[in-house]
Amino acid sequence: MRVGVKLVLVAAVVVAAGVMIGFYVSNLTTLAGSPAYSLPVQNVNGHPVVNLEIQTVAAVGPQLSRNPDWVSYLVRNTSGQWKRETVWSLPANATVHVTIYNFDGASGLRNPFLARPQGMVGNRIMVDGKPTEAVDPNEASHTFAVPALGIILAIPGVADDAKDQCGYAPCPMSNAHRTIKFTFHTTTPGHFRWQCFVPCAAGWIDGFGGPMQTIGYMDGFLNVKA
Amino acid sequence: MAANPNAAPAPPSDRTNHGMRVVVAWLVLSAVATPLVAVFVGHLIPPGNGSSQGTEQVFDNTLMLTVITPILCLLAVFFVYGLRSFHASSSGAVLDGPPLRGDSQIQILWIVGTSVIVLFLAGFGTFELLQNGAGGGQGPDPIAVPGGQKMQVQVIGQQWQFTYRYPSLGGIESNQLVLPADTDVELHVTSLDVIHSFWAYELGVKADANPGVDNVAYVKTKSPQVFHVRCAELCGLWHGYMYNNGRVVDSAQFHSWASQQEKLYAAIKPFMDKPEADGGAPFGHTYLPAPERRAG
Repeated sequence: MRVGVKLVLVAAVVVAAGVMIGFYVSNLTTLAGSPAYSLPVQNVNGHPVVNLEIQTVAAVGPQLSRNPDWVSYLVRNTSGQWKRETVWSLPANATVHVTIYNFDGASGLRNPFLARPQGMVGNRIMVDGKPTEAVDPNEASHTFAVPALGIILAIPGVADDAKDQCGYAPCPMSNAHRTIKFTFHTTTPGHFRWQCFVPCAAGWIDGFGGPMQTIGYMDGFLNVKA
Repeated sequence: MAANPNAAPAPPSDRTNHGMRVVVAWLVLSAVATPLVAVFVGHLIPPGNGSSQGTEQVFDNTLMLTVITPILCLLAVFFVYGLRSFHASSSGAVLDGPPLRGDSQIQILWIVGTSVIVLFLAGFGTFELLQNGAGGGQGPDPIAVPGGQKMQVQVIGQQWQFTYRYPSLGGIESNQLVLPADTDVELHVTSLDVIHSFWAYELGVKADANPGVDNVAYVKTKSPQVFHVRCAELCGLWHGYMYNNGRVVDSAQFHSWASQQEKLYAAIKPFMDKPEADGGAPFGHTYLPAPERRAG
């Protein structure tokens, strides 16, 4: 084989490998841009307002995932259905009212400091209708955290002996749950990742594999658009 | 014996002193390039002058670049000279080059020269490390401990965020790293789960965050500035997003920030101050958080 042909072959293999690595590395960036669930925006006195309803479930169930036993966040769409989508589009400079329904039990935080709500309006959350400035770290079931926006809050879990606990999602409101409400403001456009900090992936090493390392379960993006 | 008809023709006699030409060209190029690199390029090498350790690293990098410049010049001169003088002519027969012969003087010169350079750099690097740690993590029993009073800050890594605990401020914890200007800081770097690496780029600090290990690093801040903190150890899905900004501020701003954080921290303080057996923070006083404290 001629030297020129060999060089072309080597160059082709190197380029092909580079393209494949590039696709792999850019996967997260692609996820940050699309597909995203665009939350309906209300206009209140000329100011964009969004209502975000999400639920956290111990097992996402066979209807919503090929991994029915994975812990997950779900979002309620405009038709009232719960969807397993964790990349959400929000308008910039908007007020976002968040309601989280948690149907999962407590796992506990590795770092108790993260049980201090921060980054939302008033640095406090409403837990089952009561204003709360600190959740017992041992009772934390999940967190909702957007580190780049300084938002973090712990979500208390359902008591172990609670009746009517949810098996598989989507969980009806008749099942035992906790309700957490808070409000935050978006600022400039950008892609902001969000995540859970509680090692809640049962059955995985240190509770941080599987759904904790896969976008679409316990991680996602807020795509804030102008 | 009959001559081999396939043998390559003998190279023409070449009395040119190639070695001397290469040496002269190398000396001239090095004499020009080395001071230029030292003066104009050295200070451009990161991390900059954000801390005493950063300034020392710029000096170290400048010195190493200065040492390596003549070596790079030798390679470049030899390469270019070889291409110009020893390439096959486009017409005529392919001729063999001059034969390579052993030269004990060159060998000795090469061994001595490279040994001196390597030993010098090893000695220089060791001296710089022992001087004040060069901003690197020194493990739980640091060797190069700067004298004088130091402000302690615990850096706690977890998937995927750093938080910072200030024992001298009542143990408050924050998700922002704020440091006072012109202050010696003792960083205790650790992790609650997997291996991370705390890299405060402009401060010239880089220390591994290992679960269950108290990795101590030192830094002396200079004037107020914003610096970048990022994780330098691949640690999972959001490793690429594990960064934020830190700030060096003047003393008044630092105390104002600290009092704000104390108010914010007050709500969680009762839980943090509990004994670990009762669910309190396991790292409040010992600097040794238990790794993988809980798992699902």
